[in-house]
Amino acid sequence: MNTVLYWAAWFALVCFVLGMGCAALRMLRGPTAQDRVLALDALYINGMLAMLAFGIRSGTDVYFDVALLIALFGFVGSTAMAKFLLRGEVIEP
Amino acid sequence: MTGADVPLWAAIPAAILLVLAGVFALTGSVGLLRMRDFYSRVHAPTLATTLGAVCTLVASGLVFSALTTRLVLHEVVIALLLLLTSPVTAMMLMRAARYRARRRETPTDVRDPS
Repeated sequence: MNTVLYWAAWFALVCFVLGMGCAALRMLRGPTAQDRVLALDALYINGMLAMLAFGIRSGTDVYFDVALLIALFGFVGSTAMAKFLLRGEVIEP
Repeated sequence: MTGADVPLWAAIPAAILLVLAGVFALTGSVGLLRMRDFYSRVHAPTLATTLGAVCTLVASGLVFSALTTRLVLHEVVIALLLLLTSPVTAMMLMRAARYRARRRETPTDVRDPS
Protein backbone atom coordinates (compact mmCIF):
# COMPACT_ATOMS: atom_id res chain seq x y z
CA MET A 1 0.00 0.00 0.00
CA ASN A 2 3.03 2.22 -0.02
CA THR A 3 2.48 3.06 -3.65
CA VAL A 4 0.25 5.85 -2.28
CA LEU A 5 3.16 7.39 -0.40
CA TYR A 6 5.51 6.85 -3.32
CA TRP A 7 3.29 8.63 -5.81
CA ALA A 8 2.42 11.41 -3.35
CA ALA A 9 6.14 12.08 -2.87
CA TRP A 10 6.58 12.00 -6.64
CA PHE A 11 3.75 14.53 -7.12
CA ALA A 12 5.21 16.80 -4.43
CA LEU A 13 8.64 16.58 -6.09
CA VAL A 14 7.19 17.58 -9.45
CA CYS A 15 5.37 20.52 -7.83
CA PHE A 16 8.51 21.68 -6.04
CA VAL A 17 10.59 21.46 -9.21
CA LEU A 18 7.97 23.43 -11.16
CA GLY A 19 8.02 26.00 -8.38
CA MET A 20 11.80 26.19 -8.65
CA GLY A 21 11.38 26.77 -12.38
CA CYS A 22 8.92 29.62 -11.76
CA ALA A 23 11.28 31.21 -9.24
CA ALA A 24 14.24 30.86 -11.62
CA LEU A 25 12.23 32.51 -14.39
CA ARG A 26 11.36 35.39 -12.08
CA MET A 27 15.02 35.65 -11.08
CA LEU A 28 16.08 35.89 -14.72
CA ARG A 29 13.31 38.30 -15.65
CA GLY A 30 12.82 40.38 -12.47
CA PRO A 31 12.85 44.08 -13.22
CA THR A 32 14.54 45.18 -9.99
CA ALA A 33 17.25 43.70 -7.79
CA GLN A 34 14.92 43.03 -4.86
CA ASP A 35 12.74 40.90 -7.14
CA ARG A 36 15.74 38.74 -7.90
CA VAL A 37 16.62 38.35 -4.23
CA LEU A 38 13.02 37.41 -3.42
CA ALA A 39 13.06 34.86 -6.23
CA LEU A 40 16.30 33.39 -4.88
CA ASP A 41 14.63 33.09 -1.49
CA ALA A 42 11.69 31.19 -2.99
CA LEU A 43 14.14 29.07 -5.00
CA TYR A 44 16.06 27.79 -2.00
CA ILE A 45 12.89 27.16 -0.01
CA ASN A 46 11.54 25.02 -2.85
CA GLY A 47 14.87 23.20 -3.13
CA MET A 48 14.82 22.45 0.59
CA LEU A 49 11.28 21.05 0.32
CA ALA A 50 12.40 18.92 -2.63
CA MET A 51 15.23 17.53 -0.48
CA LEU A 52 12.70 16.60 2.23
CA ALA A 53 10.48 14.90 -0.35
CA PHE A 54 13.53 12.98 -1.62
CA GLY A 55 14.17 11.86 1.94
CA ILE A 56 10.60 10.63 2.37
CA ARG A 57 10.80 8.77 -0.92
CA SER A 58 14.08 7.04 -0.20
CA GLY A 59 13.51 6.43 3.52
CA THR A 60 16.93 7.63 4.70
CA ASP A 61 17.48 10.64 6.93
CA VAL A 62 20.65 11.80 5.17
CA TYR A 63 18.61 14.26 3.12
CA PHE A 64 17.37 15.90 6.31
CA ASP A 65 20.83 17.29 7.09
CA VAL A 66 21.09 18.63 3.55
CA ALA A 67 17.73 20.37 3.97
CA LEU A 68 18.83 21.88 7.30
CA LEU A 69 22.03 23.22 5.75
CA ILE A 70 20.15 24.65 2.75
CA ALA A 71 17.73 26.45 5.09
CA LEU A 72 20.56 27.85 7.20
CA PHE A 73 22.83 29.07 4.42
CA GLY A 74 19.96 30.26 2.27
CA PHE A 75 18.82 32.52 5.09
CA VAL A 76 22.34 33.88 5.53
CA GLY A 77 22.71 34.53 1.80
CA SER A 78 19.39 36.25 1.20
CA THR A 79 19.70 38.35 4.35
CA ALA A 80 23.18 39.45 3.31
CA MET A 81 21.88 40.46 -0.11
CA ALA A 82 18.90 42.32 1.38
CA LYS A 83 21.27 44.14 3.73
CA PHE A 84 23.46 45.03 0.78
CA LEU A 85 20.48 46.46 -1.11
CA LEU A 86 19.47 48.43 1.96
CA ARG A 87 22.78 49.91 3.04
CA GLY A 88 25.25 49.32 0.21
CA GLU A 89 27.40 47.32 2.61
CA VAL A 90 27.03 43.90 4.22
CA ILE A 91 29.25 44.18 7.29
CA GLU A 92 29.37 47.66 8.70
CA PRO A 93 32.46 48.78 10.59
CA MET B 1 10.96 1.01 -4.12
CA THR B 2 12.46 1.57 -0.68
CA GLY B 3 10.60 2.48 2.48
CA ALA B 4 8.21 -0.33 1.70
CA ASP B 5 7.30 -1.07 5.32
CA VAL B 6 5.60 2.18 6.25
CA PRO B 7 2.32 1.18 7.93
CA LEU B 8 -0.93 2.36 6.51
CA TRP B 9 -1.89 4.69 9.39
CA ALA B 10 1.19 6.79 8.63
CA ALA B 11 1.27 6.43 4.86
CA ILE B 12 -2.20 7.88 4.15
CA PRO B 13 -1.89 11.13 6.19
CA ALA B 14 1.67 11.62 4.96
CA ALA B 15 0.51 11.22 1.36
CA ILE B 16 -2.31 13.73 1.85
CA LEU B 17 0.07 16.20 3.52
CA LEU B 18 2.62 15.79 0.72
CA VAL B 19 0.03 16.48 -1.97
CA LEU B 20 -1.19 19.55 -0.04
CA ALA B 21 2.38 20.80 0.35
CA GLY B 22 3.04 20.40 -3.37
CA VAL B 23 -0.10 22.34 -4.26
CA PHE B 24 0.72 25.13 -1.79
CA ALA B 25 4.33 25.47 -2.93
CA LEU B 26 3.35 25.50 -6.60
CA THR B 27 0.64 28.12 -5.94
CA GLY B 28 3.13 30.34 -4.16
CA SER B 29 5.72 30.10 -6.91
CA VAL B 30 3.20 30.72 -9.69
CA GLY B 31 2.04 33.77 -7.72
CA LEU B 32 5.63 34.95 -7.56
CA LEU B 33 5.79 34.68 -11.33
CA ARG B 34 2.39 36.17 -12.15
CA MET B 35 1.90 39.10 -9.74
CA ARG B 36 2.33 42.59 -11.05
CA ASP B 37 4.64 44.57 -8.77
CA PHE B 38 7.11 43.85 -6.01
CA TYR B 39 4.88 44.70 -3.06
CA SER B 40 2.32 42.12 -4.09
CA ARG B 41 5.02 39.65 -5.09
CA VAL B 42 6.36 39.57 -1.53
CA HIS B 43 3.18 37.88 -0.35
CA ALA B 44 3.27 34.90 -2.69
CA PRO B 45 6.29 32.83 -1.54
CA THR B 46 5.23 33.02 2.12
CA LEU B 47 2.63 30.39 1.20
CA ALA B 48 5.47 28.00 0.36
CA THR B 49 7.52 28.87 3.41
CA THR B 50 4.72 28.44 5.92
CA LEU B 51 2.05 25.99 4.75
CA GLY B 52 4.16 24.02 2.27
CA ALA B 53 7.08 23.64 4.64
CA VAL B 54 4.93 22.71 7.65
CA CYS B 55 2.98 20.11 5.64
CA THR B 56 6.17 18.54 4.29
CA LEU B 57 7.84 18.53 7.71
CA VAL B 58 4.86 16.92 9.44
CA ALA B 59 4.71 14.27 6.69
CA SER B 60 8.44 13.60 7.07
CA GLY B 61 8.10 13.28 10.84
CA LEU B 62 5.20 10.84 10.46
CA VAL B 63 7.06 8.66 7.97
CA PHE B 64 10.30 8.51 9.94
CA SER B 65 8.48 7.94 13.23
CA ALA B 66 6.67 5.01 11.64
CA LEU B 67 9.86 3.65 10.03
CA THR B 68 11.98 3.69 13.17
CA THR B 69 9.05 2.95 15.56
CA ARG B 70 10.00 5.80 17.86
CA LEU B 71 9.16 9.48 17.96
CA VAL B 72 11.34 11.45 15.54
CA LEU B 73 11.25 15.16 16.25
CA HIS B 74 14.25 16.60 14.43
CA GLU B 75 11.96 18.21 11.83
CA VAL B 76 11.04 20.72 14.53
CA VAL B 77 14.51 22.24 14.08
CA ILE B 78 13.82 23.14 10.45
CA ALA B 79 10.33 24.40 11.32
CA LEU B 80 11.69 26.67 14.06
CA LEU B 81 14.47 27.91 11.77
CA LEU B 82 12.00 28.79 9.02
CA LEU B 83 9.61 30.44 11.46
CA LEU B 84 12.42 32.61 12.79
CA THR B 85 14.18 33.45 9.55
CA SER B 86 11.60 33.96 6.81
CA PRO B 87 9.96 37.08 8.38
CA VAL B 88 13.41 38.60 8.88
CA THR B 89 14.27 38.19 5.20
CA ALA B 90 10.87 39.49 4.05
CA MET B 91 11.09 42.55 6.30
CA MET B 92 14.59 43.43 5.17
CA LEU B 93 13.60 43.03 1.52
CA MET B 94 10.58 45.27 2.02
CA ARG B 95 12.70 47.93 3.69
CA ALA B 96 15.25 47.70 0.88
CA ALA B 97 12.49 48.08 -1.72
CA ARG B 98 11.02 51.13 0.00
CA TYR B 99 14.44 52.69 0.42
CA ARG B 100 15.35 52.16 -3.22
CA ALA B 101 11.96 53.47 -4.47
CA ARG B 102 12.37 56.62 -2.36
CA ARG B 103 15.87 57.19 -3.64
CA ARG B 104 14.68 56.91 -7.22
CA GLU B 105 11.91 59.45 -6.63
CA THR B 106 14.10 62.16 -5.12
CA PRO B 107 15.51 64.61 -7.66
CA THR B 108 19.21 64.57 -8.29
CA ASP B 109 20.05 67.88 -6.64
CA VAL B 110 18.60 66.73 -3.29
CA ARG B 111 20.61 63.54 -3.39
CA ASP B 112 24.03 63.46 -1.80
CA PRO B 113 26.70 64.78 -4.15
CA SER B 114 28.45 61.74 -5.54
